[in-house]
Amino acid sequence: MIDTSVFATSFLASAVEIIEMVITVVGVGAMRGWRSTLLGAGAGLVILAALILGLGTALTLVPVRLLRVLVGSLLFVFGLQWLRKGNRRVSVSGLRGMGARAATDDDIPTHGMDWIAFLLSFRGVVLEGLEVTIIVVTFGAAARAFPSAALAAAVALVVIGGAGALARRAVERIPRSALQLVVGTLLSAFGTFWAVEGIGIAWPGSDLSIIALAAWYFLAYAC
Amino acid sequence: MRSSPHRARPVRIRWLRAFVTFWYGFIIGDDWTVAAAVAAALFVTWVLHAVGVASWWIPPVVAVAATGVSLRRIRG
Repeated sequence: MIDTSVFATSFLASAVEIIEMVITVVGVGAMRGWRSTLLGAGAGLVILAALILGLGTALTLVPVRLLRVLVGSLLFVFGLQWLRKGNRRVSVSGLRGMGARAATDDDIPTHGMDWIAFLLSFRGVVLEGLEVTIIVVTFGAAARAFPSAALAAAVALVVIGGAGALARRAVERIPRSALQLVVGTLLSAFGTFWAVEGIGIAWPGSDLSIIALAAWYFLAYAC
Repeated sequence: MRSSPHRARPVRIRWLRAFVTFWYGFIIGDDWTVAAAVAAALFVTWVLHAVGVASWWIPPVVAVAATGVSLRRIRG
């Protein structure tokens, strides 16, 4: 018997985290190639499954705040690097540079593993996956309705993951320079949000402040 | 023929160098001042939060300022 209130609450809370996960994987995959990105996502799922099976409900003891500070800080500075590169490209080629499909990125390896794509994707899946798992455990325990909470998270993953897979082709058509600016903006926004939240500070508007941060970075670099 | 321990050392050093180079590029990139500014901003944010001052706005403002200075320096 599904507890509809737990299902709805868990679905919405999980959806927020899964959207962040999917945006990271799709954005990085479109920018740097899918092989390493999907391998990173797959490795993240394996680690996540191992943590869930190994720790169970004790997963709530994982120091997520510390992970947020560390991982958020890394993402923050890395996103700013992409923003700088994208901005420099536009400065050199003007807005025509935004349409340059042939724009190359010196640090993308032509063969072997792209460890940057692997790491970004891996981080997205593990960190957001941990958050979703903690949501399921917390909501499920509070209402004694684990199956409803778990089902809600699974449905959110299928729906949003499916939407991300469908959007992949459209994202790949975005010119490289423009995509670098967009993905750099999003990574910087996510990184800023997590790093500050990991310190223990609540953002005004909670997760909605990610949108405000993205708008802030976008406008700052557009001007 | 067993591999010489002397031959193994350069492989380990190459691996270590590649590992350090990767993380340096990931974190610092081509301008260490931006990474340093972000680290300082997060530290100041934490200190101010600890004494009860609203400081969530500091990292995004510092990030934009530091990156703006970095870009201006590149353009000369």
